Amino acid sequence: MSFISYLINGISLGSVYAIIALGYTMVYGIAKMLNFAHGDVIMVGGYVVLTVVSTMGFSPVVGILAAVVVCTILGVTIERVAYKPLRMASSPLAVLITAIGVSYLLQNIALLIFGANTKSFTSVVTVPALVLADGRLSVSGETQVTILVSIIIMAGLTVFIKKSKSGQAMLAVAEDKGAAQLMGINVNGTIALTFAIGSALAAIAGVLLCSAYPSLTPYTGAMPGIKAFVAAVFGGIGSIPGAMIGGILLGIIEILGKAYISSQMADAIVFAVLIVVLLVKPTGILGKQIQEKV
Amino acid sequence: MSILEVKNLGISFGGLRAVDNFDITIEKGQLYGLIGPNGAGKTTVFNLLTGVYKPSEGIVLLDGKDITGKKTIEINKAGIARTFQNIRLFKGLTVLDNVKAGLHNHLHYTTIEGILRLPRYHKVEKEMNKRALELLEVFELEKEAEQLASNLPYGKQRKLEIARALATDPKLLLLDEPAAGMNPNETQELMKTIRFIKDKFDMTILLIEHDMKLVSGICEELSVLNFGQTLAQGETGQVLNDPRVITAYLGE
Amino acid sequence: MKLKTTKLTKNNLITYGFVIALFAVVQIFLSAGKVSSLMQGLLVPLCVYVILAISLNLVVGISGELSLGHAGFMCVGAFASAFFSKCTVDLIPVAGLRFLIALLIGAMAAAIFGILIGIPVLRLRGDYLAIVTLAFGEIIKNIANVLFVGKDSNGFHFSIKDAVSLNMEPDGVMLINGPQGITGTPGDSSFLIGILLVLVTLFVVLNLINSRDGRAIMSIRDNRIAAESVGINITKYKLMAFTVSAALAGAAGVLYAHNLSTLTAAPKNFGYNMSIMILVFVVLGGIGNMRGSIISAVLLTLLPELLRGLSDYRMLIYSIVLIVMMLFNWSPGAIELRKRYSPKRLLSKNKAAKEVE
Repeated sequence: MSFISYLINGISLGSVYAIIALGYTMVYGIAKMLNFAHGDVIMVGGYVVLTVVSTMGFSPVVGILAAVVVCTILGVTIERVAYKPLRMASSPLAVLITAIGVSYLLQNIALLIFGANTKSFTSVVTVPALVLADGRLSVSGETQVTILVSIIIMAGLTVFIKKSKSGQAMLAVAEDKGAAQLMGINVNGTIALTFAIGSALAAIAGVLLCSAYPSLTPYTGAMPGIKAFVAAVFGGIGSIPGAMIGGILLGIIEILGKAYISSQMADAIVFAVLIVVLLVKPTGILGKQIQEKV
Repeated sequence: MSILEVKNLGISFGGLRAVDNFDITIEKGQLYGLIGPNGAGKTTVFNLLTGVYKPSEGIVLLDGKDITGKKTIEINKAGIARTFQNIRLFKGLTVLDNVKAGLHNHLHYTTIEGILRLPRYHKVEKEMNKRALELLEVFELEKEAEQLASNLPYGKQRKLEIARALATDPKLLLLDEPAAGMNPNETQELMKTIRFIKDKFDMTILLIEHDMKLVSGICEELSVLNFGQTLAQGETGQVLNDPRVITAYLGE
Repeated sequence: MKLKTTKLTKNNLITYGFVIALFAVVQIFLSAGKVSSLMQGLLVPLCVYVILAISLNLVVGISGELSLGHAGFMCVGAFASAFFSKCTVDLIPVAGLRFLIALLIGAMAAAIFGILIGIPVLRLRGDYLAIVTLAFGEIIKNIANVLFVGKDSNGFHFSIKDAVSLNMEPDGVMLINGPQGITGTPGDSSFLIGILLVLVTLFVVLNLINSRDGRAIMSIRDNRIAAESVGINITKYKLMAFTVSAALAGAAGVLYAHNLSTLTAAPKNFGYNMSIMILVFVVLGGIGNMRGSIISAVLLTLLPELLRGLSDYRMLIYSIVLIVMMLFNWSPGAIELRKRYSPKRLLSKNKAAKEVE
């Protein structure tokens, strides 16, 4: 039974990674950049909920809404101020380094405001744990909510991309920015929307992550951010279903690795699996091979 | 022995038969043209000849040696050099260095000799500079030798690409639309340069072109491709007057 | 035509001169007693970061590949050399000789890792290569943290679980103690040695760039397909840049390890944090610009220290400075403004205006 409970925990952790990875992959596919600061937006989401709920005493729902709003505004602002001016820079590394700078900035602002001490987070989930199989298996409320929310997000996002005009615009910009602009698509607006959605997702991921693993420091977002980036690449960067699959698989591998092999080596195991996959399928699980025209 | 002998060359991409049953024989010193409407498969033929694609059928013999399906690097070492439809220069290198890159397989010294600046390094670099400058002079580019290749105007970039290809000391030179984007004056100059290369280096040249003035001006024989198949082949004047060829270009 | 050789060599000589001048200036301040102990402690790390930046620039700027695992090679060099030095403290009493051998061991070990990792990894496309190098860096750091090596009368013992499973005799001595790393490494590093290593690094990298192999590496960076078409072996030269870079990073690791009495594979020293920090130095200083790497490594390492007065706010200011500098140096808008208002242009405009009058 413990294998199944590990598996479920893995799927739950993986769902959080998946939600974060979705943000990474969307921004990568559409704005063609790796937003290194994405992981830290998660941390911001966590602190917003903490402030609104624990310090100000509002209800968790208000806290979550506040987190989503703040993170969305934050994401769009960062894009406008720090990334957009570098969109046409001579090297894609420029915006990558700036993103790193933004990441440091967010971490240090949080450090200044909240200090380095670990804050304990009261879970926003009030759903009771599900007890199955005569008490041998217990699925926590956080896990249920996390998995459910990620399924809703994945479905919602897929419908949005396929059916809405903005979603189709995103696909167009991802395919060919220049052509999209010539077709009358508002490229700037589309990219801004991408960051908005990605950041909103990061906020939700932050809430879920901190509910399940209730400790929050300014550096809480960094490792999950890196792992989600790995997950996005693992699943095929630029692919939305890829981000979901990559995230969940990564979560499962991490939890199972911790449980059955070694807790200290868990991260190394995750990375090792990634390497093996990429060596076999260089563009990730669902990634596309882009042929260079000669 | 002919420099290039190709028999039954073919490749499919998925369901599309891009090149089918392509035959060509080019003698040493010949200037051969490969023409046809856009999308006919001309660059695909070049890619097949230079190892970018592996043919599904056919044989390619270079000066008697079988190079079918070999890798690009081996084919270049065997003696085919090319230029590209969209100019592919080494933009971060100077004009001189672009040509010196072409000399890579002809003048060597080891990595250690290079790092430690042993005498061999200096000797070989001097020789490379000399040879590269000589080539640049052929194309009247020696004055821009120290400039970044990306700073050259379009026409000169094309010439540089040809110079670099020549630096590899090929038996056969493939030029992919060398006159693309050139005005009539530049095209005239290019025609003179190509004739000059053919004579000075006794070079065999196969070129893809859309500019009919250039084609009729310097090509001795032509092959016409349409939808991957050879429509006509032979002496330039005859081929250009062939009604099938005219139809293919102008429509009914 | 002699122009090229002299211009390039002059440029490189300026870079060497810059490093030597830096050394001279620091020595003067040191002998005048004007260098705080805090700053003194930074001297060797500064050299370490400079070597890491130059070597990473070889991969990122010259070979055109994004490597996010550079710290992993530093880690290999550090641990391999520290292990050797600790074991041979009594065997080879001459510190200089011992350090030299340790240096070679560290660089070789890192180079071997470079080859082993490079062969499968270098055929991946840009972003995937980046993530795999990051993964390797993390794995190396992780393994260094779970290495337990001890020696007793029976010989060496080795485990990746814990010290107990080494099953050593009572006279056994721990050499590498898992997360506690290696203690008792002889402190053979010095600022002088650091500067010498920086000069060697520059010598290797600058000479490599300006050679037949360097041209091949840069050709591949600029246009892989064209490089192939002139007969350049892609794998060989990508691997060459990667391996040389790894070896130099290993050397930096040796310098680093022999500056501390305790060497641990802490995340902030050998993880992606370090790799990313070095990447920041490289990009800020100019991709492909070795002198720029030196300057930005020095400035960005000193900056937090110089801002110590603002203690709480210094990392905040650091990150703002980084963002502003990136925008200033790299955004096309800013570059346009700089060109328009550059002193050169303004002066020539003045001149032209005067001539019209």
